[in-house]
Amino acid sequence: MDIDFNYFSLASLLNAAEQNGLAVSELVLRQQAEQLEKSKDEVYCRMVKNYRVMGECIQPGCRKDLHSTSGLTGGAAYKMKQAVDFGKNLTGPFFGGALYRALAISELNASMGRIVAAPTAGSSGILPAAVLTMQAERKLSERACVMSLFTASAVGMVIANKACLAGAEGGCQAECGSAAAMAAAAVVELAGGTPRMIGNAVATALANVLGLVCDPVAGLVEIPCVKRNAMGVANAFTSAELALAGVENAIPVDEVIYAMKKVGESLPASLRETADGGLAATPTARKLYGKIFGKTAETGCADCGACW
Amino acid sequence: MNVFDILGPVMIGPSSSHTAGAVRIGLVAHALLGTPAVRAEILLHGSFAKTYKGHGTDKALIAGIMGMEPDDVRIREAPELARKSGISVTISTGEIEGAHPNTARVTLTDAAGRTISVVGSSVGGGNILVSSVNGMDVSFTGQHTTLIVLHRDTPGIIAEVTEVLGEAGVNICNFRLSRQKRGGEAVMTIELEGKSKSNLNEKIRALPNVYSSTMLPPI
Repeated sequence: MDIDFNYFSLASLLNAAEQNGLAVSELVLRQQAEQLEKSKDEVYCRMVKNYRVMGECIQPGCRKDLHSTSGLTGGAAYKMKQAVDFGKNLTGPFFGGALYRALAISELNASMGRIVAAPTAGSSGILPAAVLTMQAERKLSERACVMSLFTASAVGMVIANKACLAGAEGGCQAECGSAAAMAAAAVVELAGGTPRMIGNAVATALANVLGLVCDPVAGLVEIPCVKRNAMGVANAFTSAELALAGVENAIPVDEVIYAMKKVGESLPASLRETADGGLAATPTARKLYGKIFGKTAETGCADCGACW
Repeated sequence: MNVFDILGPVMIGPSSSHTAGAVRIGLVAHALLGTPAVRAEILLHGSFAKTYKGHGTDKALIAGIMGMEPDDVRIREAPELARKSGISVTISTGEIEGAHPNTARVTLTDAAGRTISVVGSSVGGGNILVSSVNGMDVSFTGQHTTLIVLHRDTPGIIAEVTEVLGEAGVNICNFRLSRQKRGGEAVMTIELEGKSKSNLNEKIRALPNVYSSTMLPPI
């Protein structure tokens, strides 16, 4: 393929798409097929499988009796879906639907259910919730939705190359922030936006969460992770809406990605998935740790028999 | 890196760094040993050390050590299954200098007393980076077939090894050389593309100046 771009610069990909009059997803699919030495069809089919696993998460994730082993989470998706189904929620079925889908997948993950990391398990609710909601509300084809996942993954690859995707390295901005940026890109493409708009949406989504810490209560991927997935899909739609309306960004997206990396490096270890800061360090969080693991947080040993 | 590193893996939760990635580190150790383990010693560092009980990292590592894949629904029961299979497991926490926050050292012993040791990090999204194998300084992701060649650092040795590969029509997609001092011991970590013939490792082992050669399948 003679179209020139790389996954170290989102601008290079967006420019290549614009200059060649192609959708970003089409460009990515072609390049990936070449890289993986497979046909476009084979690569596409593999992505379809991922999309279907995502779709299969919603129903079990919305169960009333869903709960994690710790008991910390489960049932929020059910409540949100009830509000939407009975026409009681504030923002209607579109936004309400995005919220309950994000909650459902996230709660299913916490219950050791089967999910697709996108890009991680902790942020796995955001991208699927955005795309599945667009499919349901705008009556889109499965094909369009699966293709948008290629756009989303390309954004994820650039972030992985220039910054990082793990909470332990970059905080929640790297996980839920990146997932929201990926989802924003997918939504913009599904809504018929331009590559330039995709760049703006990604930049906004990341800029919105710079400094967001990873502070899992009791060290588990539950609180506040489940609700940050809801926040993430909201961030994705916020960013997409602004971009689609033509709102531009002063700071180019590749610089925003780098800024996210630098901010992540500045976060102390206590705020990078060590359960030593933020919500994880609150008195209630410490009590919950003790309740779940049967010991106080200070001693650390839960005597759960995991090591003999 | 490809799109399926970002969108994927299909996995059992709750954490791609602490659960899925951990399974894969266990799988590297499992592949390295090649025989069933009777003892497993796991040392956890950083965020792994602090949060392993909540994320099931210990269960995930044990599952990988037993050969389970990251989407295996039995992961939750891995410690009990290990106990039933007669594998004795010890888990400890400690500092591994300069290591990524999600790092584990896994030492496995088989019934014959053979021991292997791996240090691997879970770098996000289920991806891993192995940094040490049996004390040798390596660097590979487990995505490709990987050759680890411990050899005497001397002119021509790299060419000899890569000639064996070239003759077999195998393409190299990543090559890393690590050595402590000139003329001493050195390690080549070579990631290979495509299908590799099973006798490749024997041919490399047979080369003069090669102390040992280990071939790992993609994990």
